[in-house]
Amino acid sequence: MSMFDGLKYRRVFSPIHNLDPRVKFTYACIIFIVAILFWEFIPLLVLFVIQVPFVILARVRREWLRSMKGAAFLASVIFTVNFAVSFINSGYMITFVALEYALAMTFRFLVLVESFSIFFLTTSPDHLGLALEQTRVPYEFCFAFTTAVRFVPVLAEEAQTIMDAQKARGLELEKGNFLRRIRNYIPILIPLIVSAIRRSLELAEAMESRAWGVSKKRTNLYELKLHGSDYVLLTVTVVLLVAAIYVRLYLPVPRLAEIFDYFAH
Amino acid sequence: MIEVQDLHFTYPSGVEALKGISLKIEDGEFVAIMGENGAGKTTLVKHFNGLLKPTKGRVIVNGIETTKVSVATLARKVGFVFQNPDHQLFAETVEEEISFALRNFGFSPSVIEKRVTWALNLLGLMQYRKTSPFMLSGGERKRVALASVLAWDPEILILDEPTIGQDYQQKENLRQFIMQLRTQGKTVLVVTHDVEFVAECNPRVLLMRGGKLIADGAARKVLTDPEILAQSSIVPPQITQLFIELSSLGFPSDIIDLYEARETLLKAFGAAAK
Ligand SMILES: Nc1ncnc2c1ncn2[C@@H]1O[C@H](COP(=O)(O)OP(=O)(O)OP(=O)(O)O)[C@@H](O)[C@H]1O
Ligand SMILES: [Mg+2]
Repeated sequence: MSMFDGLKYRRVFSPIHNLDPRVKFTYACIIFIVAILFWEFIPLLVLFVIQVPFVILARVRREWLRSMKGAAFLASVIFTVNFAVSFINSGYMITFVALEYALAMTFRFLVLVESFSIFFLTTSPDHLGLALEQTRVPYEFCFAFTTAVRFVPVLAEEAQTIMDAQKARGLELEKGNFLRRIRNYIPILIPLIVSAIRRSLELAEAMESRAWGVSKKRTNLYELKLHGSDYVLLTVTVVLLVAAIYVRLYLPVPRLAEIFDYFAH
Repeated sequence: MIEVQDLHFTYPSGVEALKGISLKIEDGEFVAIMGENGAGKTTLVKHFNGLLKPTKGRVIVNGIETTKVSVATLARKVGFVFQNPDHQLFAETVEEEISFALRNFGFSPSVIEKRVTWALNLLGLMQYRKTSPFMLSGGERKRVALASVLAWDPEILILDEPTIGQDYQQKENLRQFIMQLRTQGKTVLVVTHDVEFVAECNPRVLLMRGGKLIADGAARKVLTDPEILAQSSIVPPQITQLFIELSSLGFPSDIIDLYEARETLLKAFGAAAK
């Protein structure tokens, strides 16, 4: 759960929070594309480090650290699996190639979590909905999306209450073998799903009784507009992408083994 | 017996819900916990079956400190019916719903069968035995939840807002039922906002506000004390309001019981007629 904790939006005033959600989303996607372009450790490490100033500028360091901590477990799994596979493939030898590959895969994942956690931490669900709307997604979808995002914490709280209620009736989640343990969750999942459906039906009725969707033409109090800082980030992002493609195509990327050799001599 | 010593509790989010509560509830007592929304009533009673563990202080139930045992162990002795029945109903039939806890506690099939029938009869749910709990009305679902806890016959029973959504008849049934439990020596704790219900039952009242206990005493004392009422969000029962108005005529103002009120009035009129 803690990995998702680090994705929860909290209202802070910072230059990053004020950026246009569309630009921030583009940024997160391009970082992801760049991360896929490289399978060497050094550029991925660079990609990871250059994002840290964003985090500090956005004043979400604590939340970001929490999401990184949450991702640490999965990251270590990725590292171990990749390393073990190349270890076996290279004839049971610890090689720089194996190490580099495992590290690169791990950091690719971390970069992905980092960039999207910056995006979610600094973008309010309302802005996200607004951004969707202005990219001409039908309003019904935008509304469904923002509502879903907003109800996640409510659902999490409800799951806790349900768990308490069933524990009070003697349910022990940790009891039994693997299959048994999965079955233990049925008394929790069913009330959770039923109440989510019930709630959504009630929400729909309540909204319709307050005349939702009567006027076909909607106007917004706030309009998203690109400002100077948005253009700056957009430029930086595009430059980053172009530079990355250039480096990939025309320049040699240093490998761990080469660096090690360089220092060894 | 429930013993609470200087209990403090802070939720992970940082909300300090209980700020130093000490109290003792003897076996066989009937206690109503009252107080405004967010006073910490639910938080307090969740400590009695170990769902929440104290941040500071101790909670001792039947001589066992709650931090030392699992919820399942405590639940065998302490039955807890949650505020919202939808948070616990999951089975295909009412019958299965009620036997869920019994199976968890390892009762034998024949005992389960007997207990389920007993609980169904007790709460007037016999005709719904094979019905899906999701098909029932709100008040009926609440009774299924109650039946599913009563079925294992816990020594201490905690009810969080049991009267919500119940019609007069069901409330009266509940009251009679609680009285019956008392004669069996069970401890009953009720969290409620329903002053009239409390006035009719006349239990010991614990009044909470902002995570603290602000009054502890018989309903008759607590619900008629102007000083206590002034600092809580409680309006006294209607009959008490009437007698407070009449107190300038020399009537006692600490009356919560309809029967007593009638006797007092009749006596006064009788005296005036003479
Ligand atoms: N799971 C939780 N996480 C964080 N804070 C909580 C949680 N549950 C309750 N609180 C807070 O603790 C305080 C006490 O809540 P509690 O539910 O005990 O009140 P209550 O007296 O039962 O109120 P009500 O009459 O509305 O049922 C409130 O301020 C509430 O916001
Ligand atoms: Mg409550």
